Amino acid sequence: MRKDLHPLVMIGLVAGVTLFGRVLPTWTLSLATIAASNALIALGIVVLARTGNVSFGQGLFFAAGGYGVALIANAWGLTDAVAQVIIGAVCGGLLGLVIGPLIARYSGIFFGMLTLALSMVFYGALVKSTALGGSDGFNVGRPSLFGMTFTDPREADFMLYAVSIIVTGFAGIAATILFRSEFGLTSLAVRENNLRVEYLGISANRVVTINFVIAAIFAGASGAFALMAQRHIDPQFAYWTTSGEFVFVAVLAGNQSVAAVFVASMALELVRSFSNLYLPNTWQLVLGIFLLGVILFLPRGIGSLWIRRRHSRKGSPTTEPVVAAKGSAQ
Amino acid sequence: MNPVLSVRGLNKRFGAVVAADALTIDIPAGQKVSLIGANGAGKTTFVNMVTGYLQPDSGSIVLDGNDIAKRSPRSVARLGISRSFQIPQLFIELTAAENLTVAISGVKTQALSFQSRSEAQGRHDKALDLLGRFGLADLADRPISELAGGVRKLIDIAMALVRRPKLLLLDEPTSGVSAEEKFATMDRVIHAVAPDAATIVFVEHDMEIVSRYAERVVAFYQGRILADGEPGDVLKDQEVRRYVTGGAR
Repeated sequence: MRKDLHPLVMIGLVAGVTLFGRVLPTWTLSLATIAASNALIALGIVVLARTGNVSFGQGLFFAAGGYGVALIANAWGLTDAVAQVIIGAVCGGLLGLVIGPLIARYSGIFFGMLTLALSMVFYGALVKSTALGGSDGFNVGRPSLFGMTFTDPREADFMLYAVSIIVTGFAGIAATILFRSEFGLTSLAVRENNLRVEYLGISANRVVTINFVIAAIFAGASGAFALMAQRHIDPQFAYWTTSGEFVFVAVLAGNQSVAAVFVASMALELVRSFSNLYLPNTWQLVLGIFLLGVILFLPRGIGSLWIRRRHSRKGSPTTEPVVAAKGSAQ
Repeated sequence: MNPVLSVRGLNKRFGAVVAADALTIDIPAGQKVSLIGANGAGKTTFVNMVTGYLQPDSGSIVLDGNDIAKRSPRSVARLGISRSFQIPQLFIELTAAENLTVAISGVKTQALSFQSRSEAQGRHDKALDLLGRFGLADLADRPISELAGGVRKLIDIAMALVRRPKLLLLDEPTSGVSAEEKFATMDRVIHAVAPDAATIVFVEHDMEIVSRYAERVVAFYQGRILADGEPGDVLKDQEVRRYVTGGAR
């Protein structure tokens, strides 16, 4: 039996990381908020990838969540951070519910390209929509929390950091429970052999759709965080390069560990920030070398660092094929 | 006795190749039927049509009163037909017990909902029980990728059993098994499936296995049924000897 962290321990970890924000320098708070937000959407990509499908268009749901929140915030003056995250998640999830059943019929590169195409269609519509500010987008007000407004920039940054860490942390716990569940096993089974899954009487499309909607919910909530952090939204949220960044985080993390998604997201943000600071003209080169290094030395992602170690600590089972038991076959 | 499976006038062509030519066959409940025939005779096409993987060009396939000719593999599985494969179709990154757990989780319509701990434990116990019937309980936590072909074949059959099918189709259950072990393997399969599947149809090339385990033999040739009857009669049939068994037995 695998020995995994108990959900209560994970809740404790989330609380610890949240409180740790109190002693972090101010500049790291916004960086960590963006990293957590990116981790949330990348986590959705990992959830979906466990069915064997990669979405190259999560920017669609990211933008849907962001625009949904921004429109409601400006129309009704709703500024509460938690409410905005919920609205973002609902917007992303509803769109996922519409698209998921249609797109679940496809797999592999067709699935990926369809998601990319849909996000670019949405991008094009946003750019042409003058009511939504066209290519310039529009601004929203500062977020509040349970009626409290934060005028001190550090407190405002900490509030956003805390909400993003808690929401992303709970999403991580939910994903961990999902991965360990029978549904999680069935998702892996769909990735390996969806026809066999059908022969067992299980709808592979339904499994993909559910994972797709979960990924869309995470992406919508992530869009709400990005909106709150920037207090501005524009069609770039749906652009393919934005989606590509989230896929980068998911690739860096691998699909073996939920924690790896957060580590990968934070590592990518740190490398990006420091290379931008010290090598402003060649920071993309540094980022590219970093990505190449991870892909070269950790092809199964950052998560393989501790997953592999944990297996070797437990004493990995022999890799010799087991010959048929008790004189049965072959 | 009412047939559990009734096939009438089943036709299937792949271009110029006739894979099923007006196939008509009734399979009563409780019978062990062997399908024999040379490669390309139409046995696998028949199995694929009965399990919903292929749709016939014409004809009907009735399972317990339900026409399943146009249904999907998922729908056919839910109605009571399960199958194993000539090349075992398992989830190789999962363990043996996890493969069975996935199969068990698909039995009920709420298969995709999240289960309580006790339900999950019950399913794990059922997986171990099924593996135990095949003598594989001690391999429950081994990934499929570490298991030999013969063991994979037994797990593939175990997965087909979890729905307690009305009709179990086994595609060459002893292929890849050494001559010394084929009877032991088949004994184990027949013993293990007995509590869950009374009606068994198995595709087989080994005539010793056919004559020992089948109660009825259906011989295929070029998409047609060449002979259908008791093993002793069919295997002695001149046409079967000429086109199927090549003079064996």
